[in-house]
Amino acid sequence: MVTMNSDKVSAKRKPEIIGCAGGSKDDPPFLPLSTSNSSEESPNHLLYKKMEKIVEKMQDETIGVPVRTVKSFMTKIPSVFTGSDLIMWMIKNLDVEDQAEALHLAHLMAAHGYFFPIDDHMLTVKNDGTFYRFQTPYFWPSNCWEPENTDYAVYLCKRTMQNKTRLELADYEAENLARLQKMFSRKWEFIFMQAEAQSKVDKKRDKLERKVLDSQERAFWDVHRPMPGCVNTTEIDIKKACQINKPIHGVKLVPKLSPSSTELGIKLVENLKKQVGLMRIRLDRRNIKVSKVAEACIAYFEQYLEYDSFFVAPEFANPWISDNPELWEQEKLAKDISARRVKRWAFGLQELLQDPIGREHFIKFLDKEFSGENLKFWEAVQKLKALPQSAVQDKVQEIWAEFMASDASCPINVDSRSCEVTKKNMENPDRWTFDYAAAHVYQLMKSDSYSRYLRSEMYKEFLNGSKKKTSVKGIRSIVSFSARKETIT
Amino acid sequence: MNELDSLRQEAETLKNAIRDARKAACDTSLVQATASLEPIGRVQMRTRRTLRGHLAKIYAMHWGSDSRNLVSASQDGKLIVWDSHTTNKVHAIPLRSSWVMTCAYAPSGSYVACGGLDNICSIYSLKTREGNVRVSRELPGHTGYLSCCRFLDDNQIVTSSGDMSCALWDIETGQQTTSFLGHTGDVMSLSLSPDMRTFVSGACDASAKLWDIREGLCKQTFPGHESDINAVTFFPNGYAFATGSDDATCRLFDVRADQELAMYSHDNIICGITSVAFSKSGRLLLAGYDDFNCNVWDSMKTERAGILAGHDNRVSCLGVTENGMAVGTGSWDSFLRIWN
Repeated sequence: MVTMNSDKVSAKRKPEIIGCAGGSKDDPPFLPLSTSNSSEESPNHLLYKKMEKIVEKMQDETIGVPVRTVKSFMTKIPSVFTGSDLIMWMIKNLDVEDQAEALHLAHLMAAHGYFFPIDDHMLTVKNDGTFYRFQTPYFWPSNCWEPENTDYAVYLCKRTMQNKTRLELADYEAENLARLQKMFSRKWEFIFMQAEAQSKVDKKRDKLERKVLDSQERAFWDVHRPMPGCVNTTEIDIKKACQINKPIHGVKLVPKLSPSSTELGIKLVENLKKQVGLMRIRLDRRNIKVSKVAEACIAYFEQYLEYDSFFVAPEFANPWISDNPELWEQEKLAKDISARRVKRWAFGLQELLQDPIGREHFIKFLDKEFSGENLKFWEAVQKLKALPQSAVQDKVQEIWAEFMASDASCPINVDSRSCEVTKKNMENPDRWTFDYAAAHVYQLMKSDSYSRYLRSEMYKEFLNGSKKKTSVKGIRSIVSFSARKETIT
Repeated sequence: MNELDSLRQEAETLKNAIRDARKAACDTSLVQATASLEPIGRVQMRTRRTLRGHLAKIYAMHWGSDSRNLVSASQDGKLIVWDSHTTNKVHAIPLRSSWVMTCAYAPSGSYVACGGLDNICSIYSLKTREGNVRVSRELPGHTGYLSCCRFLDDNQIVTSSGDMSCALWDIETGQQTTSFLGHTGDVMSLSLSPDMRTFVSGACDASAKLWDIREGLCKQTFPGHESDINAVTFFPNGYAFATGSDDATCRLFDVRADQELAMYSHDNIICGITSVAFSKSGRLLLAGYDDFNCNVWDSMKTERAGILAGHDNRVSCLGVTENGMAVGTGSWDSFLRIWN
């Protein structure tokens, strides 16, 4: 027989509630269930803390949920409260918006085992006269119970020894018992003996106290061995489960070692130097004020509001609502390009290039001005960055030869600094060799070609919707998956 | 004073300076700045499709860039690619390890990736010449579970792991190009910036970090949460990002202000967040919770604007399509739902 730490079981309880009092001879004869180390280990420990705070309020003697012993049919039902009382209390005392929210929260707490319906294995709460009881802190999930099948077997066995209709096994429990009997056939005698011993102790208890303890124990098993169809709230995300078995959360890099003598010491110094370096760089970059960044967020939202289908109805019917897939076929079908879509091209060069039709149009404009090589170069550099490692070297040489060498076939006009930096990078070519130059070219395009494009007749015509999409060739080359043009293999 | 001690002191001084710089930039709060913004009212979405087919908990999902197909991963050991409009299964891919924790769709649509307790990121080719789906590459190297992965393009993928690191891989050679070290807890999630130059990661050390992909360095660290960060996602302008944590709060952090802008929480919301995503304009922040619901937050006014209720177990993953027209949620109840 295992008893919990007395402080865990300490009674902050109303006198009517015959729960589990602290460390006295009246400790419930519950099973020697296994628990893990500390409640900090449970991934749900924050959740349990919050629920327990609420339960504390609920159990307050003066302003808590009204708990009483109900007389019915020559018997007494000890320590219960009704669902409607609970919901009403929650609406009054917690900051819940409405009944639905209260029910949701109540259901959550019941599913985790903090209170339970006295006559049902399904742990939920209904807003009516159904009776509920609080769980004893001994059985709270924050104690990190991990009951084993042998414990469950003893419990079910004990149940069959008691001649009370209210303790009859439900169908699924009977099935479970049969399965366990098979599983533990060799040591069933031992299990039976334990069940007998517990049963004997139970019989000595006061009738009302027994009612309460029995129901609490049953509720405990409803949490750990839920009825089929009910969610098992003790299931842990496997990612979190992995952490429970790890020694320490977070390795600290500052042990008290003498730095001069050990290798570890040298590593520490290195790490700290790196950290210090990064922090210095961060300090050099000045922070922008919150007011300004908030403005930026608001501005973005306002600009894109009309493209957010949760606020403004989209151009093409929402396919999941209308069952109409025309949204995805628009590229092939549509002859007109809406003004709304063209308007977006003015939000930024990135937006223009992301829309395949916008990009095509921009290229036409650039060709007219004989400045198409900049975009070609920039796009070639983007492609380079997406190549597998093995293809990088060749592509770098290709790009250099085509755009930046002295006898380049498609020379771009870069400033001397970009030229210098790139020449240096060419000594150790990798996928970022042209980043500096590409960034400059992008800026140039943005401030020069792009802004002229937006002011051009070509663009204005498109915007006014007077221009229809002409080239069918352009449509076929549009890949439906990616907004950026990719080579189709 | 020896080198170690002087370095420690310097680090301490710099940390304080960084904190002071943050305070100095904090001249208002997002809630104050958006006080005059019109409220958006109640956001109500309905389930338009339910995708049935998985036989066990769904742990991850990711939309394809066509905003139509999506891939989901379940503990039943399968990766399923769905046509979310017709609800047909385009591909059902049996996995070598059933303990899968994450999946991703390549922007080109030609590949999907997944990984989990096997510590390996497996890349599957969807468009093989023979017409079947097969493993095209396995990326071993992490010494902890694979919690998240995202394709930069068909040849590069970023992963996060329970070994407290993130990594950039060259898929063709199967090598780790860059390793991102710095977190002191399992890294649970990552999100690529729209310009693909940086990504943000969230970990069990309660901090989020911004990384430069090219340099492999942590540019900024964002403390503030009180427990594990399970999910991160960039705000569409690429300058801010949201996080979801076991401490039952979501937070918005800004990169240029180097600090927290807003917190999304309520006393009655007590369960942890598993996944987060923004709507197209950034005004809505959708978050999936352990209490089976998905809450919709007004990201600017930090008020709850709606609830997506319908799952019978934890919402483990969610995502908004690239065109912003639908939300997909995946749950431990083995179903995926499409909402709008």
